[in-house]
Amino acid sequence: MNCCVLMAQVPDTASVIKVGAAGNRIDEAGIKWIVSPTDEYALEEAIRLKEAKGGSVTVISYGPEGADRTPQGLRECLARGADAAVHVKGGERTLGDSLTIARVLAEAVRKVGPFDLVLAGVKGVGTDNGLVGAMVAELLDLPHVADVTKLEIGDTKLTAHREIEGGAEVVDAPLPCLITAQKGLNEPRYPSLKGIMASKRVPIQAFAVADLGLDEAKLVGDEARSRWRSLALPQAKSGGSVIKGEEDPSGAAAQLARLLREQAKAI
Amino acid sequence: MACILTFIEQRDGGIRKASLEALSEAHRLATANGLHVCAVLVGHGIAGKAAELGRYGAGAVFVADEEKLARYSSEGYAAALKLAVEKCQPSAVFLAATAMGRDLSGRIAARLGVGCIADVTHLGVEGGEFVAARPVYSGKAMATVDGGAAKPVVITLRPNVFPAAAGAGDAAVEMLAAITTPIRAVVREVVDAAGGELDVAEANVIVAGGRGMKGPENFALIRDLAHSLGGAVGASRAAVDAGWIEHSHQVGQTGKVVSPSLYVACGISGAIQHLAGMSSSKIIVAINKDPEAPIFKVADYGIIGDLFQVLPALTAEVKTLKAEA
Repeated sequence: MNCCVLMAQVPDTASVIKVGAAGNRIDEAGIKWIVSPTDEYALEEAIRLKEAKGGSVTVISYGPEGADRTPQGLRECLARGADAAVHVKGGERTLGDSLTIARVLAEAVRKVGPFDLVLAGVKGVGTDNGLVGAMVAELLDLPHVADVTKLEIGDTKLTAHREIEGGAEVVDAPLPCLITAQKGLNEPRYPSLKGIMASKRVPIQAFAVADLGLDEAKLVGDEARSRWRSLALPQAKSGGSVIKGEEDPSGAAAQLARLLREQAKAI
Repeated sequence: MACILTFIEQRDGGIRKASLEALSEAHRLATANGLHVCAVLVGHGIAGKAAELGRYGAGAVFVADEEKLARYSSEGYAAALKLAVEKCQPSAVFLAATAMGRDLSGRIAARLGVGCIADVTHLGVEGGEFVAARPVYSGKAMATVDGGAAKPVVITLRPNVFPAAAGAGDAAVEMLAAITTPIRAVVREVVDAAGGELDVAEANVIVAGGRGMKGPENFALIRDLAHSLGGAVGASRAAVDAGWIEHSHQVGQTGKVVSPSLYVACGISGAIQHLAGMSSSKIIVAINKDPEAPIFKVADYGIIGDLFQVLPALTAEVKTLKAEA
């Protein structure tokens, strides 16, 4: 079972967000970058499949050339148990443009594949589009199952539970296939010390977008499929009505219920 | 004249409210900008539901009614949606940002080679282009986004944000040709969540519990208040990770993003990852014993106090008020 994991680096969810000078993206100064939390479920599932069935795990990430964050993220994946890592260099101007990101990742998968299973997190946490998985599947003409919380894999097919409102869809699909991993699929492991040491000896393969037969200037120019025009910080909410209920909880509850009915018209 | 095409989601023949919200927003924007409104309904045995979409502003409804489309399939539904796109050449395709709409939007945008703006909370048309606003980075910022030069732009609309507005109107119904794409990923069965509880993603009222609930048994207090309000039970990550309640109830960055009319946060401190999932709720109520809890910064109403005393009292008050009404 040869698996490929698509991995994104995102700002740590606890980061303070400031608008950068260009006005349409964040100021990256001081941002700590992490492997997108949902991608951790994708990676963990791929490693478990390798442990159960043999094969290999290749992690592909599309990230800026000048910054350390992509190699660091890839090293972390290797330390957890991935076998190979691929850095497609670029993406500085693709922010939020899922189709451009998917086009680059699909070509990278084609170049370093074939794979039995491609996995990604349900979304890049922060930009929260949740589109790249289905888009890569479409571009590679693969079936896919999104929002997967349970996965069983046979030799030629898989069965996946996909989270929907009020329940789950149980989906059968042939391999090769793509899935997006949702929380609940597994509990990601931490890198072991041995894994961290071993990961340092694994070379990270690097490609330019041009090596994939794509023109990045065009992809982020005329062919851009989503553009952030501006980014703004929301106005802080002015203080609400807070009732002190330590002494008289019942009275506070009655007062709140009245406010919700008469003022907020919410009940 | 150009149109906005809205994908109408149905499950077991029932049209979803979130799709009627998207269709109503399409109608509102179309009226202001001189556009037509079309809709596409996909499923099996659902053709009879098409005409009623006229009440929400659809002038034309395309219907794909086939046995193999009875259950959702991203491949099959994308094929049907593409047929409708070819028929009406829309400048935008709207879908509700539900599990189905979020999934289908990526497939269809890639198939058409166009952009997708996901999970928007505000929409407008400027100079002939659709421009949307959406929260990003846990709601710490709002991005104003367009879909580039390619048409149609695919847009998913966050449920419970845009009002559904029924009026009078008739839709012309047109059946689409049978799809020819093979469906590889097949839904074998649909499993309902235990107890058939209302899902937080669809609820108009949510009562959510966090670490302050202290244990799974105390979620009965949350359930009682939720039921008295006709709402759903939500939870913070802390409560889910402690194993007190299933992940399907989790609201936040690694759970569901919700936008109910009323969100009651009980024993939830209000970590930024939780706020990411609920800060677009219309009225937020916080009940917490810690006056410094960050949740009070986003709350419209709050009680500082012991939730084990406040919650039963509040449930009783709500029942009394509902009985009076």
